[in-house]
Amino acid sequence: MTNSKEIYEQRENIQDLEEQINELSKINQDEESRQEIERLRARIERVRREVFSKLTPWQKVQMARHPQRPYTLDYIQHCFTDFIEIHGDRKFGDDHAIVCGMARFHGEPVVVVGHQKARDTKQKVFRNFGMPKPEGYRKAIRVMKMAEKFQRPIFTFIDTPGAYPGIDAEERGQAEAIAYNLREMARLRVPIITTITGEGGSGGALAIAVGDIVNMLEYAIYSVISPEGCASIMWRDASRAEEAATALKLTAEDLKAFELIDEILQEPEGGAHTDPLAMARSLDEHLQKDLARLKSLPIEKLLSERYEKYRRMGQFFEKASAAAAHRS
Amino acid sequence: MAAWFKKEKTPIASVEQKRVKTEGLWTKCESCKQIIWKKDLAANFNVCPKCNFHFKMDARERLKMLFDDGIFFELDSDLATSDPLHFKDIKAYRDRLRDATKATGLKDAIISGDGALGGRPALIQAMEYRFIGGSMGAVVGEKIVRAIEISLQRRCPLIIISVSGGARMMEGAISLMQLARISAGLARLDDARVPFISVLTDPTTGGVTASFAMLGDLNVAEPGALIGFAGPRVIDQTIRQKLPEGFQRSEFLLEHGMLDGIVSRKEMRQFLIRSLDFMMAA
Repeated sequence: MTNSKEIYEQRENIQDLEEQINELSKINQDEESRQEIERLRARIERVRREVFSKLTPWQKVQMARHPQRPYTLDYIQHCFTDFIEIHGDRKFGDDHAIVCGMARFHGEPVVVVGHQKARDTKQKVFRNFGMPKPEGYRKAIRVMKMAEKFQRPIFTFIDTPGAYPGIDAEERGQAEAIAYNLREMARLRVPIITTITGEGGSGGALAIAVGDIVNMLEYAIYSVISPEGCASIMWRDASRAEEAATALKLTAEDLKAFELIDEILQEPEGGAHTDPLAMARSLDEHLQKDLARLKSLPIEKLLSERYEKYRRMGQFFEKASAAAAHRS
Repeated sequence: MAAWFKKEKTPIASVEQKRVKTEGLWTKCESCKQIIWKKDLAANFNVCPKCNFHFKMDARERLKMLFDDGIFFELDSDLATSDPLHFKDIKAYRDRLRDATKATGLKDAIISGDGALGGRPALIQAMEYRFIGGSMGAVVGEKIVRAIEISLQRRCPLIIISVSGGARMMEGAISLMQLARISAGLARLDDARVPFISVLTDPTTGGVTASFAMLGDLNVAEPGALIGFAGPRVIDQTIRQKLPEGFQRSEFLLEHGMLDGIVSRKEMRQFLIRSLDFMMAA
């Protein structure tokens, strides 16, 4: 299996076969053919498992970016009720690459914040391909502070290629907007549960991802730079993105191994887009469990655990001795 | 006749000798293209005496320039990355690290200094651009987090002089998480009302700008420094538009309300002392 296109073809073949078997099973009712059908089914299952258990990092990048992958509004629709969107940063504008709002989660009032991508060209432009500008991050933190004021838990969903790199975004302080969110999220006095659902594109993702619990879907990615960006800087050749994807260690498994995330959430076989409802159901179960745990903590404990989580995270160095000081 | 010929030989040799000597004594200003005597440049804090262009400056020189009597204790100088990703592009990360250490004498891209500023205890950290573009990985993150914790404990001000291309690609998402770690530390410093001043120098971009460099009680920059989130090349490639004149320079950021001030290198020490006078009890 060298590229993801082959995988999709393989998957479509499997689906075709399945349909054929279903048709057959309607017609033939004798014992022998039933057994034959069962054998075929078992074989399909094996092939399918084989294909998807051996995805390369680059293939996972393709899965994370799959145009049919469920986005934040899909999860809002399936896991939450009574969603009321909140627009605008009250400073400059309303950024459609981030959606925020009030909602109910199993009856409980909560706040939801997430990146929003789109599927058709017109919508993609409207959502700016899921790349927020400063006003998006400022809207997000404004709404999260409202959640803090009314003591409502926050759920964030991450799926962005990155913060928008453009003249207007720079003029309005893209860096400052992200930095401010990182600091403020670290001290919000309500539980924050983050799920990386698709692309975790660097600072543009992290700016709404400083959670008490950070989950990652099986085929999501999280990286300091896109594989293409990395390839064009390190190899001066964007077409070597496949190598870069491997070198960057950006899969859910890698992130878990480095203890940068808490849990990997299994996706339906073939990816979240093959069965968005099943994905939403299992996500929902996890979120309920996570929320119950965080709500059981007194607020001071929640905050100290959050600080300690990030304090311990990403410590990779040799000869750690704080006592070593010498006169310069 | 013979004496006349003999005389000719010696000046030729001495001219060559002289040329060797002059080399390295002079430098050309990148901005005004004038030739400057290097001693003049050094005496002027690496700022062009003719056009005020700010040359890059080594981290250690910066700390000496800022601390009282140029004296400070260096903290955590032995921390080195463990290369968690075993990253390799056209060159192995290990080799890049070794070369950077050879060139700078440092183990990573920041020096933590503990000393006094205007008679007041202070921590100052300076980033080193010659160490893989001043990029931020686990070691830079850890050294800053530790400095924040010392500042908190002693209630002494923290100053960070940034010069960085951003998060260090060769440590992947581990570099990215340093943004969150440092920002969480700065939230505590902010809650405790301990001053943090960010000084941005040329260039400061990416994850460094998008975390601590923009979170100071004061964010000030040296003149003409390139400061931004996305680098100009990335923006150019993405939108394929000509970038405006002076885009992402200190003066541009000041004009757009993103900086509290522009402070020239010569005035930096006094600026910091006076700011701390305002923020802290005498």
